[in-house]
Amino acid sequence: MAKQPARPHPFHLQKCPTGINGLDELTQGGLPRGRPTLVTGSAGSGKTLLALQFLVNGATEYNEPGVFMAFEETGDDLTTNVASLGFDLDGLTKKKKLAIDYVYIERSEIEETGEYDLEGLFVRLGYAIDSIGAKRVVLDTIEVLFGGLPNEGVLRAELRRLFRWLKDKGVTALITGERGETSLTRYGLEEYVADCVILLDHRITDQTSTRRLRIVKYRGSSHGTNEYPFLIDEAGISVLPVTSLGLNYDVPEKRISTGIPRLDAMFGDKGFYKGSSILVSGTAGTGKTTVASHFADAACRKDKRCLYFAFEESPQQITRNMASVGIDLKPWLQKKNLLVRSARPTFYGLERHLLEMTRLIRTFNPEVVVMDPITNLITVGLAADVKSMLTRLVDHLKTREITAFFTSLSSPDGSAEQTDIVVSSLMDTWIVLKDIQAEGERNHGLTIVKSRGMAHSNQLREYRLTANGFHLEDVYLGPQGVLTGAARAALEAEEVAASLARTQEMERQKRQIERKRSVVDAQIAALRADYEAEEEELKKNITEMEARERAAALQRARISSLRKADKEGDCANKK
Amino acid sequence: MPTRNNKTAKEGLWELRLYVAGQTPKSLAAFANLKKICEEHLSGKYTIEIIDLLTNPTLAKGDQILAIPTLVRKLPEPVRKIIGDLSNTERVLVGLDLRPGFAGARRGA
Repeated sequence: MAKQPARPHPFHLQKCPTGINGLDELTQGGLPRGRPTLVTGSAGSGKTLLALQFLVNGATEYNEPGVFMAFEETGDDLTTNVASLGFDLDGLTKKKKLAIDYVYIERSEIEETGEYDLEGLFVRLGYAIDSIGAKRVVLDTIEVLFGGLPNEGVLRAELRRLFRWLKDKGVTALITGERGETSLTRYGLEEYVADCVILLDHRITDQTSTRRLRIVKYRGSSHGTNEYPFLIDEAGISVLPVTSLGLNYDVPEKRISTGIPRLDAMFGDKGFYKGSSILVSGTAGTGKTTVASHFADAACRKDKRCLYFAFEESPQQITRNMASVGIDLKPWLQKKNLLVRSARPTFYGLERHLLEMTRLIRTFNPEVVVMDPITNLITVGLAADVKSMLTRLVDHLKTREITAFFTSLSSPDGSAEQTDIVVSSLMDTWIVLKDIQAEGERNHGLTIVKSRGMAHSNQLREYRLTANGFHLEDVYLGPQGVLTGAARAALEAEEVAASLARTQEMERQKRQIERKRSVVDAQIAALRADYEAEEEELKKNITEMEARERAAALQRARISSLRKADKEGDCANKK
Repeated sequence: MPTRNNKTAKEGLWELRLYVAGQTPKSLAAFANLKKICEEHLSGKYTIEIIDLLTNPTLAKGDQILAIPTLVRKLPEPVRKIIGDLSNTERVLVGLDLRPGFAGARRGA
């Protein structure tokens, strides 16, 4: 989890950052500065570690030297115990960033002979604080004094004085206390340290241990009030606040391909939203991993980084199996675009899983995260715990704009989608792969149950897992709904036949038109020919008649000339 | 654990250290009470070193001093610590193993 700078606080209560992952977010900046804080918990709940981390972080990150007053462990023991966490107490002590004072008290060696006070403790603490200019003080566990000193009255009075004195000194103190049966601490330290109380708890449920932290009170400041799981690992304590991130993150408009073109088409031709969370649920053998691999493959093709958490298969098994459906993941593994992290869910508790994941996400910095399948986590925790863990994971991924792809195994009975309801509300897009059993066959169908913020197809689509991957078939609707398998193939063939018949009929009619046209054309040609023949005849007659007329006129002229008759004009007059 | 013989051998060397923090009434009372007891029971064979933690705070760590005033019997061994203003003489004597007959019982305990 990214370290966040302390947020300014409306109450102006100054905070002292612990530098512990998550705790500063819960307390909105850290412990109350200049005041004592009580950390209580049963044995082995991590009190000393939390206290020490508070000091070491203060010394290394915030330049606030600290004093560790140990009542239980010697300085050497302490140094050895935390060396594995990378805390170099010796080095810090040499640099005057840290002072460790081991206070040893043994009741049998002490004889009480009258009035006394604990000024010696004050002197030692005061000296330690002044010698390094300490701003932080840890008293671990001051309750030991109750066993070491006979007079409880004096002790209580002195403790009251001590905490007041610490406040006057202006140091931020962290006091650890053993959890009591009925009270927060065995000796009622909470009576004196009333500003901030943090309770640590270590519970075993179903053989899985979970550490939890709760801020019981924080005077003058708001704080997270839930129980927050925390982890102790090689980096110390990490608290995982469930709601620290809240529902307030940027949402990108960009889209990211599903890796299956026809599935992209079902999401308005663009695929998922970048930074969204996607759930693919289905019964065993419906190809969830294949869909996930397509998605991972598509991301890698665009030179994005993909982190693949596999809870069922080893990386080698995934690459081999995916090669059989035509998805070659090997080059991406070699190019380090793809990182497959396989782990059995039962290997460690949920919180540890979450921490490992967030850490890997931080170091690998992927754009796409695949978890296959999340249902296996149920074996580690209760459904509610898994949901809380996934909520935090999804929030974490969303703030980083990482697209999260989850697969989930549904039970094959009628309640196929029931199990996913637990997590479905977290998901932006939910694709269900289901078995469709009809007419003696089992086929696969895909539907998009929901996809927030985008238009998406409402169709139930049949798909097949082919040698070339996940293949969405064309849709054939029969009288009973979508047809699948052989029924679809039959209908497909029928449709092809019908279509062929239609084409043939069309061709035939086209040809008929052609024929008709040629008949008409022929008739027109014949009529024209008739007409032309007649016309020619008539024209010939006319010409003949004209020739005859001319000949007649010529004849008349010759005759009149022979008669020596009148000239043409006279002749006319004589008539 | 030193034997009784050792103890008797060092009987003459009682080294006592009184830790105080400033001249408080309790410190003054403790010193006065100690002086009186030593004069009565260890006349001439004891030394008292007064350590004021206000001036020598580092010395508190060595003898694991928490309560003030604290009387530490450095010698004879074993080291014993007595806290308080030493006003309860009986208990001081028990604490210093100065009560005859009682010391053995304590050691056995």
